[in-house]
Amino acid sequence: MPTSTPLSAAVRLACFSFIIIGLVSFVFHQTKNKIIDNEREALLQSLQSVLPKTLYDNIPSEDLITLKNHTIYRAYQKDTPVAAIIKSTTTQGYSGNIQLLTALDITGTILDVRILDHKETPGLGDKIELKKSNWILGFQHKTLAEMQQAQWAVKRDQGSFDQFTGATITPRAVVNEVKKIGLFFQQYKLQIFPQLK
Amino acid sequence: MTYQQILENGLWKNNQALVALLGLCPLLAVSNTVINSLALGIATTLTLILSNGCISLARKTILPEIRLPLFVLIIAGTVTMIELLMHAYFYQLYKTLGIFIPLIVTNCAIIGRAEVFASKNKFIPSLLDGLAMGLGFSFVLVILGGVREILSSGRLFSQAELLFGNYAKNWQTIIVDDYSGLLLAALPAGSFIALGLLIALKNSLSNA
Repeated sequence: MPTSTPLSAAVRLACFSFIIIGLVSFVFHQTKNKIIDNEREALLQSLQSVLPKTLYDNIPSEDLITLKNHTIYRAYQKDTPVAAIIKSTTTQGYSGNIQLLTALDITGTILDVRILDHKETPGLGDKIELKKSNWILGFQHKTLAEMQQAQWAVKRDQGSFDQFTGATITPRAVVNEVKKIGLFFQQYKLQIFPQLK
Repeated sequence: MTYQQILENGLWKNNQALVALLGLCPLLAVSNTVINSLALGIATTLTLILSNGCISLARKTILPEIRLPLFVLIIAGTVTMIELLMHAYFYQLYKTLGIFIPLIVTNCAIIGRAEVFASKNKFIPSLLDGLAMGLGFSFVLVILGGVREILSSGRLFSQAELLFGNYAKNWQTIIVDDYSGLLLAALPAGSFIALGLLIALKNSLSNA
């Protein structure tokens, strides 16, 4: 290795930094559009998993508002509000945050719920995923009135929703979060869809 | 060192996962399925080849005093580029591996090879060393992934489409029908135990 002075060390360090930064930014610019496309495609697919494409004619992934830390995607059919898809996060799971997507029609009835992301125990709490079990489909067609009843809880809490063997905390967290979202939608419906006034 | 010795070292004698015990964090965390393992193995191997190559080419201009920051710079740059490329072209896989792609930076095996091999050897042997070390690490990852996937779910090659595209959708093989699953194998503790057994196996084969 060559002899060194502090100055030559600094110059070399700077040169290397410039080369590496140049390479990284080149790759960044080459992949930028593709990455944005991927993100958009993934969002669209997750929205379509809770709300069938046939129900609306706008692009909900681009018609979004943020209200009280929730991201809300709005779906319209011929400019009439049809449904809202609300993305929310609960911290009440067994480990880490559970992120979910809830679609509600304008009467506040749940269309469907999906889990976007979670870190629950594999084999126990992860049955909230549609890939692992059909449990999450149990929220379909539940009305606002049902959410306000005492049975809106897991069986352990004298409710009507199944819990999983060995995992009560996870389904409890999801059940409570869905109810919270249902009530939230009812409360802020006119802010989400001002046309309904 | 001859090319054959370099290969032998990377794959077996000085295997980074089984002998040097480097890079255990991603090894233990990601090896829950064969496909995840394979993906992380490929990304790590690519990083090793690229960083070894760059460092070997630049070895005459790298001063001893600043070699560590330069290694870190080169490795971090390489990993960032690989992360961007995966984000763009293997999106689902990128989502599955998540934080463990950027964390390849912290895999000590990579800076270890830069310090021990690439900064002292010519370009071609350094590339080969990166390849051999990467393959050695990957094969341990894949074996661990396979064992854990079978024990935890009774299947093999699930979600192969993440890595190989849509025509790989039916690659999943059910090894045990109607298997209730061994939770331990899916958890990090299970990978510790499986890795321990693998190391024991390797040692008994080497000493035999």
